[in-house]
Amino acid sequence: MTATELEAPELVLVDVPSRRRRHPLVGFVLRRVAAGIATLFVVSILLFAGTNVLPGDVASAVLGRDSTPAGLAQIRKELDLNRPASERYWSWLSGFVQGDLGSSVASQAVSGEPTPISGLIGDRIRNTATLALCTVLLLVPLSIFFGVLSATRAGSPVDHAVTGISLGLISLPEFVTGTLLVLLLAQWLGLLPAVSLIAIGASVFTHPSILVLPVLTLLAASLAQTTRMVRAGMLEVLRSDYVEWARLSGHRERDVVFRYALRNALAPTVQVIALNVQWLVGGIVVTEYVFGYPGIGQALVQAVSARDVPYVLSVGMLIAIVYIALNVLADLLVVLLVPKLRTAQ
Amino acid sequence: MTALAVRLRFARTGYGKVGLAGSLLLLALIAVGPLLAPYDPSAIAGLPLQHASRQFPLGTDGLGRDVLSRVLWGGRSIVGLSVLATSLAYAAGASIGLLAGYTKSILDPLLMRAMDVLLAVPPLLFLLVLATGAGRSIPVLVLGVATVHVPSIARIVRASTQEVATHGYVEAAVARGERLPALLGREILPNVLGTVLADAGIRLTASILILASVNFLGLGLQPPAADWALMISENRGGIALNSLAVAAPALLIAFLTISVNLVADAVARSLGTSTDRKRVAR
Repeated sequence: MTATELEAPELVLVDVPSRRRRHPLVGFVLRRVAAGIATLFVVSILLFAGTNVLPGDVASAVLGRDSTPAGLAQIRKELDLNRPASERYWSWLSGFVQGDLGSSVASQAVSGEPTPISGLIGDRIRNTATLALCTVLLLVPLSIFFGVLSATRAGSPVDHAVTGISLGLISLPEFVTGTLLVLLLAQWLGLLPAVSLIAIGASVFTHPSILVLPVLTLLAASLAQTTRMVRAGMLEVLRSDYVEWARLSGHRERDVVFRYALRNALAPTVQVIALNVQWLVGGIVVTEYVFGYPGIGQALVQAVSARDVPYVLSVGMLIAIVYIALNVLADLLVVLLVPKLRTAQ
Repeated sequence: MTALAVRLRFARTGYGKVGLAGSLLLLALIAVGPLLAPYDPSAIAGLPLQHASRQFPLGTDGLGRDVLSRVLWGGRSIVGLSVLATSLAYAAGASIGLLAGYTKSILDPLLMRAMDVLLAVPPLLFLLVLATGAGRSIPVLVLGVATVHVPSIARIVRASTQEVATHGYVEAAVARGERLPALLGREILPNVLGTVLADAGIRLTASILILASVNFLGLGLQPPAADWALMISENRGGIALNSLAVAAPALLIAFLTISVNLVADAVARSLGTSTDRKRVAR
């Protein structure tokens, strides 16, 4: 800490001699957030280009076999396909930034009227957030529990069981874990509902049991990963000099583990967990589809199947925002938790 | 230690042995399976959704096709396409990394910033966007999965290229007047390869995971292809009548990914790069 205090004023003098003293962290946070926004901007170009690779085809792809010249013209007009791509990109982006997510083409082909996307995804965002939150709330304590359990008993049968099972679970795709869970718990044992059938607009909390299988599925792979990382971090700390010193000076093993080792192992673990939450993004899309869970991921898959370009763009952009925000957050957390990094920018 | 001993050392660990045995068993099944299939995998052989019987050991699917025959055929696409995608990723990633790392020109920042942008998109979202824009086909699927790996491979190759390029033998080659392709291919690439290939198994596992997931979502391979992931997706509706049509491909994918990952993990450990802190994103 003294090193930080000594170095900080010097840094400030070099950087901004005339301005008021600023905490070195503020600059770091601002720069990292700005970089995140810049990345997001480039990603938005990428997403737009990706969905508009074959611009002439989109209209006929949306309508499929039902396409009529009049219908095609209507969709083309709706998507502004007659305007150049750069113009369409700007009008889409400026709309998106102002909260106008555009309207779904596929639902228009069915109902005949453009449906605003923001009205379609409100409930879905809430459902997905619920699913993600439940998973993370279980993920954090459980990974620390299993990680510490297995690191403090390294080489024991318990450790072998934890590492073996996590090595197996880590390599399973979510849809296989989900399918096997459905077979086991819903089909063969009849304990839980196999799919998440709830009325449109109803809250998932009216049927909490539909959350069980999706959360278990998401936990399987992510818990295996975080447990391995907590174990690795914990083993490193347990081998360090100060832990040895604490043991030699007669502290009880439990105190050594929880008061000395765990606190220091936790800093890298927090970053690992933040990154894992980021990795959950892909898992959620697949898991929601497996269980028919009415979330944003299921909506994305349906929109891709229907080649509903505006819908894919808006949902994709929302997912990219969450993904990049989690990445920035993970970086910031590490800098906050590891004092050494605050000055070494 | 000889090169062969290094290569086989991973097989000494328990998990490595189990994984190797499992992988070889599955490869054998995938290679020989189609010869043993009692029916044409896409032919309608009987009534739909029958239970297991002597005629149909795993029952029939929703269209009345023999599940066993489809299972025996269905491993080719998942393994073949994943290996293809991973190889393409290495070819592209290594080329970009070599160019960016060696030619200290404007090419380096340009290529690496492009890689950064790709890394900022969740891999599955990238593949879904690609399926929206370019349609669902095998080339799009394979190129998409390959692209997901390219940035991280390029980064590693670039870093080791920069290190290798400072060595005397590279300077000697430059002095001899070797041209760029020869220089990169003969002097630098062989010395970079070891570092990069250490992760090959982990990348293959990730390729299988993501490729199978896209197929399961119905956005990759299209019916009537016999593919394990697609089979799970197709037969979910009939799970109450013939659960084996879902269980068999699900267990085989599980067996495949676990075996390949056990080998990958053992190889990485024997080379001293633990996979504890690594994960190829999904």
